[in-house]
Amino acid sequence: MGSFERKIAKFWEIFIEYDGYKRVLTGLQNTLYIAIVGLAIGIVIGTIIAIIEVIPKYKKLPRVLNGICKFYVALFRGSPVVVQLLVFYYVVFPLLGLNIPAVNVCVLVFGLNSAAYVSEIMRGGIMSVDSGQMEAARAVGLSYGVSMLKVIVPQAVKNILPTLGNEFIALIKETSVVSFVGAADLYVAFNYIGTNSYEFMVPYLVMALIYIVLVAIIAFLVKIMERSLRKSDRRN
Amino acid sequence: MIDVIDLKKHFGEFQALKGITTTIHEGEKVAVIGPSGSGKSTFLRCLNCLEDPTSGDIVFDGVNIADFKVDINIHRRKMGMVFQQFNLFNNKTVIENIMMAPLYIKKQELRSLKLKNFFIKITNIFTKNKKNLYEIDKAKSQIVEEVRENALRLLKRIGLEDKADVYPSTLSGGQKQRIAIVRALAMNPKVILFDEPTSALDPEMVGEVLDLIKQLADEGMTLVIVTHEMGFAREVATRVIFMDEGMIVEENTPEEIFTNPQNPRTKAFLSKVL
Ligand SMILES: Nc1ncnc2c1ncn2[C@@H]1O[C@H](COP(=O)(O)OP(=O)(O)OP(=O)(O)O)[C@@H](O)[C@H]1O
Ligand SMILES: [Mg+2]
Repeated sequence: MGSFERKIAKFWEIFIEYDGYKRVLTGLQNTLYIAIVGLAIGIVIGTIIAIIEVIPKYKKLPRVLNGICKFYVALFRGSPVVVQLLVFYYVVFPLLGLNIPAVNVCVLVFGLNSAAYVSEIMRGGIMSVDSGQMEAARAVGLSYGVSMLKVIVPQAVKNILPTLGNEFIALIKETSVVSFVGAADLYVAFNYIGTNSYEFMVPYLVMALIYIVLVAIIAFLVKIMERSLRKSDRRN
Repeated sequence: MIDVIDLKKHFGEFQALKGITTTIHEGEKVAVIGPSGSGKSTFLRCLNCLEDPTSGDIVFDGVNIADFKVDINIHRRKMGMVFQQFNLFNNKTVIENIMMAPLYIKKQELRSLKLKNFFIKITNIFTKNKKNLYEIDKAKSQIVEEVRENALRLLKRIGLEDKADVYPSTLSGGQKQRIAIVRALAMNPKVILFDEPTSALDPEMVGEVLDLIKQLADEGMTLVIVTHEMGFAREVATRVIFMDEGMIVEENTPEEIFTNPQNPRTKAFLSKVL
């Protein structure tokens, strides 16, 4: 057991004295930043896609837009997020002549990626709202778009909040691949500590613990939210 | 006020309305009766184009609103609608339910006036003969206040002003339906369409809703009511339309329809429900 204590001591040394903790904090910050802003982007784009998908398709424009959305969703659900990350970082942005920090590329890619998933969740949420709500809004003379944004989407969002919480958790776990394009997340921080202490057991163990605690906290918040929603939801 | 001319509605192969022609005059109270599946709701929902007619015209105040090119939203504002299932907005409080459409529309008007003024100001910089700006007599806060006052007045009218800030889920069916009716009233409609307004209510709440509709009738509001309440139709309606299999089979005063029906199908229907 003496060797394990030595490993902890070694880890602690790098962690405190060689500023390992600063890197861990930066990594944690990046992880949360990518997940939170990514989810926000995903919700906005995902909602737009979901609305386009549920618009009645009598006219040509909605049909064309719907085709585009279908293609988008198929594209982003049909390939691993790591691949998307690499393609955007090493292909798309260089071709566009843009030089964007890795973290921001990650935010964008995770946003675009989660939009594909959120659109499916949101579409389910919109369809779960009673059709009488849309009819009543149209009957007082509100346009389809206004009815959607003021009456349907708020109710849909309420119905899917817990599912969105789970999407957030999934996103946090998925961000562990951002080091593929050089963004400094938790893995990068603990890898630094491991490399400098020539020992990887303790750093990766601590990293695992941080992820587990992070996810547990968010899952707990989602649960509380779910419960308070159910309490306020007294409709028949 | 509403001229319905050879209105037809298909749902795929099925023909729900087979050519309806009738006129709803100002001040009339029209009751629509008939067996289940006869097309009463479809007819009513075509009147404000909640269902798009397959063919035929709906001429409301001189405008054929069945035409795809008209902006239906503008005309719907003058036609209130009350549903069997109330359909109050679940995500809005009672007063927000009543205020939402009037407030949105008035704010929209204000926005478009401001936008027009903005462009006039810009063109005025470059032209000699200056155009006048549109007059904006009300600020946004004033509009909100007016709409709120009107909503409170309507709530007071039905004795539910203490429910202004609660959500619909906490109300009884009768309360919900009366709020749905004043929500329609808040738009100052020229006509209100009712689709079986009391069919989803517990028996003890039917009276309060019918009383409110009766008040509107007495005040001269134009009403079209699809109903199974024959007693109510007889008392309040000025005309009764009997529909069967997507057609108007017979229409007449309630006296004539209920005491002296002409068509055998009307007779058969009434003998079942009376
Ligand atoms: N959206 C729809 N799609 C397909 N068929 C429909 C649709 N709406 C109504 N129908 C059909 O049209 C016919 C007329 O329906 P409608 O709802 O107008 O009848 P109703 O007279 O209001 O009956 P009830 O008294 O039961 O309300 C029915 O046979 C119904 O099945
Ligand atoms: Mg019906």
